[in-house]
Amino acid sequence: MTDLRKRRAGPARYSGLALLRHGVVGDPWPAAWRTHELKASYDVVIIGGGIHGLATAYYLARNHGITDVAVLDKGYLGGGGSGRNTAILRSNYLTPEGVRFYDRSLELYQGLAADLNFNVMFSRRGHLTLAHSDASLRTMRWRAEVNKVSGVDSEVIGPDDVKRIVPHMDTSEQVRYPILGALYHPPGGIVRHDAVVWGYARAADSRGVHLHQDTEVTAIDVAAGRVTGVRTTRGDIAAPVVINATAGWATLVADMAGVRLPVQTFPLQAAVTEPVKPFLRTVVVSGTLHVYVSQTARGELVFGASVDPFASYSTRGSLEFTEGLAGHVLQLMPSLAKLRLLRQWAGLCDMTPDFAPIMGPTDVDGFLVDVGWGTYGFKAGPVAGEAMAESVATGRTPQLISSFGLDRFAHGRLLGEKGAAAVGH
Amino acid sequence: MILLPCPWCGLRDAAEFGYVGETGARPDPRATNKKEWRDYLYLRRNRAGWTVERWYHQMGCRRYLLVERDTTTNEVRPAPTAGERAP
Repeated sequence: MTDLRKRRAGPARYSGLALLRHGVVGDPWPAAWRTHELKASYDVVIIGGGIHGLATAYYLARNHGITDVAVLDKGYLGGGGSGRNTAILRSNYLTPEGVRFYDRSLELYQGLAADLNFNVMFSRRGHLTLAHSDASLRTMRWRAEVNKVSGVDSEVIGPDDVKRIVPHMDTSEQVRYPILGALYHPPGGIVRHDAVVWGYARAADSRGVHLHQDTEVTAIDVAAGRVTGVRTTRGDIAAPVVINATAGWATLVADMAGVRLPVQTFPLQAAVTEPVKPFLRTVVVSGTLHVYVSQTARGELVFGASVDPFASYSTRGSLEFTEGLAGHVLQLMPSLAKLRLLRQWAGLCDMTPDFAPIMGPTDVDGFLVDVGWGTYGFKAGPVAGEAMAESVATGRTPQLISSFGLDRFAHGRLLGEKGAAAVGH
Repeated sequence: MILLPCPWCGLRDAAEFGYVGETGARPDPRATNKKEWRDYLYLRRNRAGWTVERWYHQMGCRRYLLVERDTTTNEVRPAPTAGERAP
């Protein structure tokens, strides 16, 4: 009790005891993170206050003791892709590089709540990718074998098992796209995306990282092939290391440093229904029908689709999307016909030619990218942050992300991660 | 609904078109080097704002056309060079 005043100055540790004490004393909870004046220089500046930027800042501080770090965001923390994705986690990818990488992320997610002292509501639900054709069934067998070799729990199951796992699914053969089988991935699940952002923000802040919202980067200073700092709407910052973690806006930020990217920005639309009683435990994905469905802890069904058919920075929803989505969901689960959509939205996806991310150094010394996250960035947030932090701290690219470098395009070493998004591109 | 100005068919629903994307000069395959060719293949300007891009009227006259579109608002206007061969 004696150190209450000190606690108020910094982030409190959340626990049952703290909850009880605050309830009895009636003391207001301190802000989850602090605001700071912009300093004239930082050791590391991270552009983009989403899960990738915040996780990088957190692991820089936690794993490497580098705390003189600023995270800049032109809006609010988690307002971009981190707050617009459908929060599905899985590691059943197609390439061995992808499987290893995403499996490490899933591992970090499982221990994240305890690590960050913040309930991120990770929920291991199992993940079903439906096959509606012989070709997709064959790809799933391939994926299952790649997964098993890497120790990832993944298997192909038949329509009867699908029906057993999701009783509401129409597994009859009297439909346009009958279900021939599915890739079942028990470790897959969902998490509360805002909580992940806030958890990383709070944990990074408590270790001394400065979080600057409403701070837009307007220019990146480069001298003699080295980055020297950034200019923002709140003042200039000198920094020897600048990381671009801005997803859909990655090209615009890289342009400031004179680095060109093989990235195109596409909107991806999603929607959520009114909440209903829990009936859907598993995450259900259909590539043929371009839809994925999961039910949140609050009871809402979250629907996502593939990216829009043309590149854009606009996040307006379209009627075509809603119509297509509703039709496709009803083909899978006709009993949802009376359910109403509450809202729809779009996030911006930085798509690369090989559906794999771009991480690591660029031709400008000190300017690193963590971009190209397309439709799969959220589930990779923790491992991307961990790997980017290691890149900065050691000056070397960790083995885990060595095949994701920007130079792979110049050398023709594309990855072809078609398991990247479960739905078509 | 977004309407695209097809120089042959007039204003048509964008759903009738296939999106080809931003235009760029194609290097001569016999004279180019690996770097130039791969830059052409993969690098994109990905501009936020007015951009010239190619579409394909796949459910209409099946011709390629150029369209100017503001990628931040999806506002569309005919490219001054619409109907001509893309640069």
